[in-house]
Amino acid sequence: MSTTEAKPEATETPEGRNVPRPVFTDAEAGAKEFPSSTSRKYSYFEPRKRKASVYEDVTVDVQPDNDRHLLQGWIYAFADGSSGYPKEWTGLKSSDWHKFLDPNEEWEQTIFRNASSIVRQVQASVANASAAGSFETWAKSWTRVVEQHVGAWAHAEHGLGLYVYTPAQRDGPTNMINNALSVAATHKLRFAQDLILYNLDLTDKVDGFDGQAHMATWQTDPVWAGVREMVENITATRDWAEQFFATALVFEPLVGELFRSHFVMQVAAIHGDFVTPTVIGGGEADAAREQRGARHLFELLVKDEAHGPANVALLDEWAAKWAPQAEKAARLLQPIWSQIPEKTLRFEDSYDRAQARFSSQLSDLGISTPEGA
Amino acid sequence: MSRASITKAHEKIQELSWDPTFVTPVEKYATDYTFEKAPKKDPLKQVLRSYFPMEEEKDNRVFGAMDGAIRGNMFRQVQERWMEWQKLFLAIIPFPEISAARAMPLAIGAVPNPELHNGLAIQMIDEVRHSTIQMNLKRLYMNHYIDPAGFDITEKAFSNCYAGTIGRQFGEGFITGDAITAANMYLTIVAETAFTNVLFVAMPGEAAANGDYLLPTVFHSVQSDESRHISNGYSIILMALADERNRELLERDLRYAWWNNHAVVDAAIGTFIEYGTKDRRKERDSYAEMWRKWIYDDYYRSYLLPLEKYGLTIPHDLVEESWNRIWNKGYVHETAQFFSTGWPLNFWRIDGMDDTDFEWFEHKYPGWYDKYGVWWERYTEMSKKAAGGAPITFNAGADYEYPHRCWSCMVPCLIREDTVMDEVDGQVRTYCSEGCHWTDTVAFRPEYQGRATPSMGRLTGKREWETMYDGVDLAEVVEDLGYVRDDGKTTIPQPHLDLDPDKMWTLDDLRGYTVGSPNVALNGLSPEDRETAMQKYRRGGPGGRPAREPIAAD
Repeated sequence: MSTTEAKPEATETPEGRNVPRPVFTDAEAGAKEFPSSTSRKYSYFEPRKRKASVYEDVTVDVQPDNDRHLLQGWIYAFADGSSGYPKEWTGLKSSDWHKFLDPNEEWEQTIFRNASSIVRQVQASVANASAAGSFETWAKSWTRVVEQHVGAWAHAEHGLGLYVYTPAQRDGPTNMINNALSVAATHKLRFAQDLILYNLDLTDKVDGFDGQAHMATWQTDPVWAGVREMVENITATRDWAEQFFATALVFEPLVGELFRSHFVMQVAAIHGDFVTPTVIGGGEADAAREQRGARHLFELLVKDEAHGPANVALLDEWAAKWAPQAEKAARLLQPIWSQIPEKTLRFEDSYDRAQARFSSQLSDLGISTPEGA
Repeated sequence: MSRASITKAHEKIQELSWDPTFVTPVEKYATDYTFEKAPKKDPLKQVLRSYFPMEEEKDNRVFGAMDGAIRGNMFRQVQERWMEWQKLFLAIIPFPEISAARAMPLAIGAVPNPELHNGLAIQMIDEVRHSTIQMNLKRLYMNHYIDPAGFDITEKAFSNCYAGTIGRQFGEGFITGDAITAANMYLTIVAETAFTNVLFVAMPGEAAANGDYLLPTVFHSVQSDESRHISNGYSIILMALADERNRELLERDLRYAWWNNHAVVDAAIGTFIEYGTKDRRKERDSYAEMWRKWIYDDYYRSYLLPLEKYGLTIPHDLVEESWNRIWNKGYVHETAQFFSTGWPLNFWRIDGMDDTDFEWFEHKYPGWYDKYGVWWERYTEMSKKAAGGAPITFNAGADYEYPHRCWSCMVPCLIREDTVMDEVDGQVRTYCSEGCHWTDTVAFRPEYQGRATPSMGRLTGKREWETMYDGVDLAEVVEDLGYVRDDGKTTIPQPHLDLDPDKMWTLDDLRGYTVGSPNVALNGLSPEDRETAMQKYRRGGPGGRPAREPIAAD
C-alpha cells in the first residue's frame, strides 16, 4: 500500500484543546523499497576513508566552489569584481584546495566539548590552589613574572586570535580551511581570556599582585617590544596563508613555545606554582592542534604536483621574512629568564629547543631554515 | 558565573586590547561608512569562560533529543509532505550560517570598538556551531527518513539548483561588498533581527505540528544565540548613526536589505509553512498572520520605528508593500505554485493540495480557490504518470505561463503586473518589482545620490538559472544536475509522494521537452516585440495565467 493511499490513524483531540494531532505516517527508513531507498550517505564528495566521518559530512562543500558544483557562479562581488572566496587571496597555489581536511576534525560538538573541558580544568585548578592557600607560598619574584609577563602574553594570544585568525577565516578557499581557522581563533581568544581572568583571580587572592601591570609591560617594556611588533606585523598581512604560516609555524615554535613550554611550564613548579602551568597548558594544547592543521595544509601545498616547487619558493620567502622577526622577539625576552630566583634553565637552552622544533617542522616540509634563525 | 562576576570578568577582558604602534591595520574589507571611536558597550557582556559551558549544555540537550527521536521512532509520525521541503531548506541554511561566521571580520575591520570585536568573534563561533549542527541534523534525516534521495546530494544540489541560488544570496549578501552593508545592515539588522523570527521560530513550530520535534530542538537552540547577535548589530548601527555622513548609506542599505530579505525569505519560508504542512486546523496561524505579528509588529513597529528618533528614515513604503504582496498579491502562493510547476528541476518531492488544504486556504486567504484552486487540481491530475502525459511544467493544459526571473532577487517575476523590464549594462533584464529594479540600477553602483560609493558591491554571476540550460532537453538537464536515483533512471523530484516505483517519474518520462530561457528569448526580440510581449506578460496572472485579452495598442 502506498503512503498516499494509507489512511492516517489520528488520535481524537479532547474538547477544548486545540493542538496538532499525531498521525501514524510510517515514514521511517526501511518502511518501503524503491529507487534510492538505501542511499544514506552524502554522495557528492570522496571521503578520506571508506566511510565519511561526521566532520566530513558536516563540513565538506558547505562553502560552494566554482571548481566543484557551483553552477551559476558567485552572485555578489566586491567593488573590484572579486567574488566568493578568491583563490588569489593567497600567493600559494593548489591543484585542489579541497584535499585539506582538518586533522583535528573540529565541528560543533568537539569545539564546545574541548573548550568547556579546558574552562573547567582552569577553574578547578584555581579553586583548589586557592583553597589550599598555595598562592601564599609563591616566591615574590615569581609573582612579579606572572603579573607582568604571563599577563603580557595574554595580549599576544588576543591579538592573534582576534586580528589574525578571525579575519583569515573569511579568506580561505574551502570550508575545511576556514573552519579550522575559526576554531584556531576561538582557541586563542579563550586562552587570552583564561590568562587575563586568571590575572583577575590572582589580583583578588595574592597580596600585592598588581593586576594592571601587564598592560604597561606589553605596551612599553622593551622586553616585549619584539613580540608585539611581530604580532602587529602579522595582523597587517593581507595573505591569509602567510598569516597562518607566520603564526603557526614561525611565531608559535620560536616565540610561543619558547615562552610557554620552555619557560613558564618548566620553572613555575619550583617556585611553588602549579596553577599557571595548568592555565598555560590549555593554550599550549590548542596551539599544538593548530600546528597539526598547519603542517598538514602546507605539506599538501609543498607536495602539490603542479605547484609544489613554486609553493616551496614562496614559503622560503615567508620563512626568511618572518623568522628574523621571531628570533628578535625571542631574544628580547631573554631578561625574563634572569628575573627568577631558581635558575634551573638557561635562556639559550630554551631557545635551542624552540629553534630545533622550528627547524625540524620546516625541514619536514622541505622549507629552508633561514640563516641565523 | 554570577552576574556580578560576569560583569567584573567582562570589564577585565577589555584590558586585552591595545592600539598598534608598529603598523597601520590593513583594510581587508572596504566600507564607505565612517566611524569615530566611541565607547559603545556590549550590553550582554559576553565572556568565553561562561559561553563555552553554556553552549556545551545546549548541545547536550540537542544531542539527547536526537537520540530520543531515533529510539522513539519519530519518523513513524513525520509528514512526508513536510520532510520533503526540508531537503531544500536544510540544503540552503548551513551556508548562510557559515557565511555569517565569515562576515564577522568585515564588521570587526570596519568598526573601531574592541569591546564589540569580542562579541563579534563569539558570534563567529556561534555561526560555525549553527552550520555544522544543521548539517548534522540533515544527516540524521538522511539516515532515518523513508526517502533519503535529495538529502544525499544536498550540498551539490544547493550549488546547482535554481532554488539554491535564490537562497545563496541570503549568505553571499553577508560576506561580499561594502563591509557594513553586508555584515551589519543586511546580516544583522535585517536578516537576523527580523527574519530569523520566521526562519527559526515559525518554521520549527510548524515542524512540530508535522511530527518532527528535532527541527525545533536544533533551531530553537540556534535561535537562543541570536539575541547576542542582534545586540552586536544594534550597537554598530548606533555607532553608525552618530556620524551624519552615514545617513544616506544607512537608508540605502535598509531599503536594499529589507526588500531582498522579504523577497527571498518570505518566498521560501512562506512556501514551506503554508504548502509543506498537513496541519490544517483553522486556529493555526497562517504565514501571513505570523508575519504580521513577528515581522510587522515585533520588528518593524518595535525595533525599526524607534530608530526614527535618531533621524533615520525607515522604509515604511517597502514594509507596507511587503505586506501588500503577502496579503493582497499572493506572493507566497505564487511562489509555491512556481516551485511546483518546475518540479522536475527540484531535488525534493512536492505533494499536491487536496480538499482539506483548499478549505484551509480559503478560510485563511479568502478568494484563494478562485486564483489557485483549479491549478492545484490540475497539478494533482498531471502528477500521475500517464502514457505520453507531459509534466505540468510543459503541459499546455496547465494554463500557466512560465515566468521571467528577477535579476536582483532571482525569485521569478510572479506578481506579473509589477514586473519591470529595463536595459541595464547592455542587457535587457526583468525585475519582480520596483524595489528589485532599484537594487540593481541604483543601490549596487559605485555612486549613490551623487556621492561616490567605491566600496559598494556588485551583482554578478549567471543570474538567470534557465540561461544555463537554454535549449537543452529536460531529461538531459535533470541528469546533468545529478537529480537521478540509484537505479539510474527514476528522478529524485516527483510531483507526488507515492513511492511505488511504477508510479515514479523517470528520465524517459521527461524526455522531449526543451528547457528555455525567458531572458534569452526576451533579448532576442526586437524592441517593439519585446515591449509588446512584456505588456502581455504584465497582464497575466494571478496564478500564472497567461493574459487572454488582445493587446491594446499604445
